[in-house]
Amino acid sequence: MTDRGPLRWQEAEIVGITPVTERVKSVRFRVDFADRFVPGQHVDVRLTAPDGYQAQRSYSIASAPEASGTIELMIERLDEGEVSGFFANVAAIGDRIELRGPIGGAFVWTERDGGPLLLVGGGSGVVPLLAMLRHRAVAAPDVPALLLYSARTRSDIIAADELQARACDEPGFTLRLALTREPGGRRIDRATMDEALARLGRPAHAFVCGSNTFVSAASDLLVDAGVPPRTIRTERFGGSLTG
Amino acid sequence: MATRGFTGRRPPEATRERLPPGQYLTEDFPVLQLGPTPRLDLATWRFTLRDGAKPLKSWTWDQFEAMPRTRWGGDIHCVTKWSKFDTVWEGVTFDDILADAGVAAPTAFALAEGYDDYTTNVPVADLANGKAMVATRYAGAPIPPDHGGPARLLVPHLYFWKSAKWVSGLRFTRKDEAGFWELRGYHMYGDPWREQRFTGD
Repeated sequence: MTDRGPLRWQEAEIVGITPVTERVKSVRFRVDFADRFVPGQHVDVRLTAPDGYQAQRSYSIASAPEASGTIELMIERLDEGEVSGFFANVAAIGDRIELRGPIGGAFVWTERDGGPLLLVGGGSGVVPLLAMLRHRAVAAPDVPALLLYSARTRSDIIAADELQARACDEPGFTLRLALTREPGGRRIDRATMDEALARLGRPAHAFVCGSNTFVSAASDLLVDAGVPPRTIRTERFGGSLTG
Repeated sequence: MATRGFTGRRPPEATRERLPPGQYLTEDFPVLQLGPTPRLDLATWRFTLRDGAKPLKSWTWDQFEAMPRTRWGGDIHCVTKWSKFDTVWEGVTFDDILADAGVAAPTAFALAEGYDDYTTNVPVADLANGKAMVATRYAGAPIPPDHGGPARLLVPHLYFWKSAKWVSGLRFTRKDEAGFWELRGYHMYGDPWREQRFTGD
């Protein structure tokens, strides 16, 4: 799904930075492949110090390929994060950052794949799912889709206003929030998953993204509910302190 | 070109020498896989060696466990940028598997196949002479399912996507055939020290 040719590093200009939550910033880059990727793909970012030392990280693309000329990344500030800390504290509009992509061809969805489409996200794991939802709204609004999204608190929800608006305005889209640290909050459990599946119908494709423990638990629930394992795609980030 | 305002946080010199370019050291053990962890039963588990479509030999779990076991300790490197140092694995080397089957490698290339339909290609030269094993123990215990148990390929000198989890067999191929990720733009060989992440690297 990456183009057949080499993946070249390019210097991508930052054209927008917007806070999303207390820990997450939206960073928009001008790139030459902005209309040539598939929702769910990611990019590699490489930072270089004056002495040549480099650090690389991967970030999922949050925007749909319809966004003209730019891609949006949503970068969560991790404790002691070498690269995420740079984006939280240093990066500014006009900076040029080395980046290459698009990367990844397994955790992807396009209108040709059809639906129903089940998206299950934990924390910043919602980012590649957001790209799928944004693309679906333009390219395949008739495909039924449901996002089951687990966040710690209401203020940790990424793209909260957008998701609520989509749930109101898009007839085929259902939003289910599971807020683990709100009063009366809950994790995604069997009852939540069964209700989501009953609402959506049998998914043709399920995408699960989040921390390792989140993805293991959620994908096990899907398999237990009878969703064929081959229709479930997963993407995880470790509980690493170094991101 | 330097990134404005980036100084970085360099690991200690001893760590840097062991890190291939673009990698960082992690203490935990991240999990990466295409889908849910397959539910495998040792009673029906098989490992099969094939020459193209033709089976050469198949082992049950007990038969596989009866082969000589070799220990390997060292560093592993994932294309998603993490490296993990001083991992310890035990399993049956490719050489011992071939010896038990009573065959020599019929071709110069192999595809590892997983119970999750995953595939990845490795040249025979990178499997033979103690370079690779089918591992059944990690850190002295059975490999947890999330890390590819009961058995996974271990080719530690290549990026870790080559070390197929839940391995169901090895298939010798006439040509170097791309596997799952190699068909999707990842490098055919995947040497971390040459930073061969993607096609053209």
